[in-house]
Amino acid sequence: MSSLSRDDVANLARLARIEMTDQELENLTTEFGVILNAVARVQEVATTDVPATSHPLALTNIFRTDVVIPSLTPEEALSGAPASEEQRFRVPQILGEEA
Amino acid sequence: MIKNSAAEMAQSLASGATTSVALTQAHLDRIADVDSKVRAFLHVDTEGALKQAADADAARARGEKLSPLAGVPLALKDVLVQKDVPTTCGSKILEGWRPPYDSTVVSKLKNAGVVILGKTNMDEFAMGSSTENSAYGPTHNPWDLTRIPGGSGGGSSAALAAFEAPLAIGTDTGGSIRQPAAVTGTVGVKPTYGGVSRYGLVAFSSSLDQAGPCARTVLDTALLHEVIAGHDPKDSTSINAPVPQVVAAAKSGDVKGMKIGVVKELNGDGYQSGVRQRFEESLELLAQAGAEIVEVSAPNFEYALAAYYLIAPSEASSNLARFDAMRYGLRVGDADGASAESVMNMTREVGFGREVKRRILLGTYALSSGYYDAYYGSAQKVRTLITQDFNNAFAKCDVMVSPTCPTTAFKIGEKTNDPLAMYLNDIATIPVNMAGIGGMSLPCGVAPEDGLPVGFQIMSPVMQDQRMYSVGAALEAALLSKWGAPLLSQAPSLGGAA
Repeated sequence: MSSLSRDDVANLARLARIEMTDQELENLTTEFGVILNAVARVQEVATTDVPATSHPLALTNIFRTDVVIPSLTPEEALSGAPASEEQRFRVPQILGEEA
Repeated sequence: MIKNSAAEMAQSLASGATTSVALTQAHLDRIADVDSKVRAFLHVDTEGALKQAADADAARARGEKLSPLAGVPLALKDVLVQKDVPTTCGSKILEGWRPPYDSTVVSKLKNAGVVILGKTNMDEFAMGSSTENSAYGPTHNPWDLTRIPGGSGGGSSAALAAFEAPLAIGTDTGGSIRQPAAVTGTVGVKPTYGGVSRYGLVAFSSSLDQAGPCARTVLDTALLHEVIAGHDPKDSTSINAPVPQVVAAAKSGDVKGMKIGVVKELNGDGYQSGVRQRFEESLELLAQAGAEIVEVSAPNFEYALAAYYLIAPSEASSNLARFDAMRYGLRVGDADGASAESVMNMTREVGFGREVKRRILLGTYALSSGYYDAYYGSAQKVRTLITQDFNNAFAKCDVMVSPTCPTTAFKIGEKTNDPLAMYLNDIATIPVNMAGIGGMSLPCGVAPEDGLPVGFQIMSPVMQDQRMYSVGAALEAALLSKWGAPLLSQAPSLGGAA
């Protein structure tokens, strides 16, 4: 049945950008064993002839009229920012430069 | 005054017997008296509420045409943004954030003159069935303070049951309006998906999330439903059609000739005996009121829980990527030379709680290359099968019914270390979200074995929400004449000055 190793869980944490402690990884590895076995039941009835449903409403390409409406001011848009500068979000270093 | 229904309060306001300021102050006093025990609120907006109340009174004095609920107070689940009022979603990652805009639900409430008392507690990002996953501590069930008030919207339902507010807003992704209503002896409705705008509702699982009304009576719930429902160009999944006539349905409560389908698979093993007993008695009352009770089968519902715990985490893993420590909320580890990636990693580690991390990783796995078809893809197929089950059943009946939850409220701490046991609370509510149809829970008595409230669930087809209000009102009236007083009159007083 479905199971994940501790390294698999650590890799998922890395992909999800969460720096987890050893204890957390340990706990999740155990819990995932149980949860994945339970959710894998979907495979019992998900045969090839059944179409997938991604959304309860069959909607495509919903547009609204192209009119200019008031939006947030720069001050409002930046009001929750952890750091800002010159009307922009200030973010930590993104490119891997040499320190 | 605070124990009246919202409709009665609105009448007192219209007749001049009271003012919105007095009514709002009475609720603020009640919150001050009992919320240290219940902990339904994360933030009480005393100043803002009194100002909105004064505005409603002034508009009435000027003779303006007012909405039916103008001046009546309400508690707002902390997952809907309200301009300049803290919104946390029960998470540390948003602690202290004050949104720069109103959600559509809040705009509609403000336009209707409804007074927003404050923001209510919830499981972090609406992930949970007990409010124990709130980063700010659990809410306590007013019926028994050692028990959970349901979740994720336990704060909203507890506020109603504790008479801290006559109206509340919840959101329901897998039962987060209906299960809290059931275990607190209150009413909650998940409207048809797309019936109420999701603009400004912090997303958990976008294809399942739906905001809806909560109250202590079916009519109050209907009045609030009509205030918040309707098409919104800001939400592309909002349905562009007239709002179902739910107030008229709640007022008539006529079920003569209606066919009520009892879902065979949502009863029996795993359902507490008192829950089954109250459910069966309610069916008899509905039959006496003129409805025809039929049995319907939904064989694929048994896969709904498994499919839900793949679809919701998958969508959550994507939706919660927005909490990246860059534009709002918490930022941790922003030292000189720290990379954006390490800041993100550290912030999300500190800012998210255990259940949220569990679901983000589960969703990341279900969507990952090589496993997508087996997990997320299969879950989407189950979603089709569940929708087909509903379509087949609705060909034989007008509404479907079941107990809302398998059990009454459990003890705080009882299931926190067993995620699967916790997930089972939602077994009867999840199918509704998968198909995007409407669902209501209303109180149908207390279980004889523990004296705790039992919920009766009514499900109606897409955009036929008025049907569940007709049935709910009929059952509520029959129960009221049987009991002689609303169920909540049996709840403990909490020692407040009410």
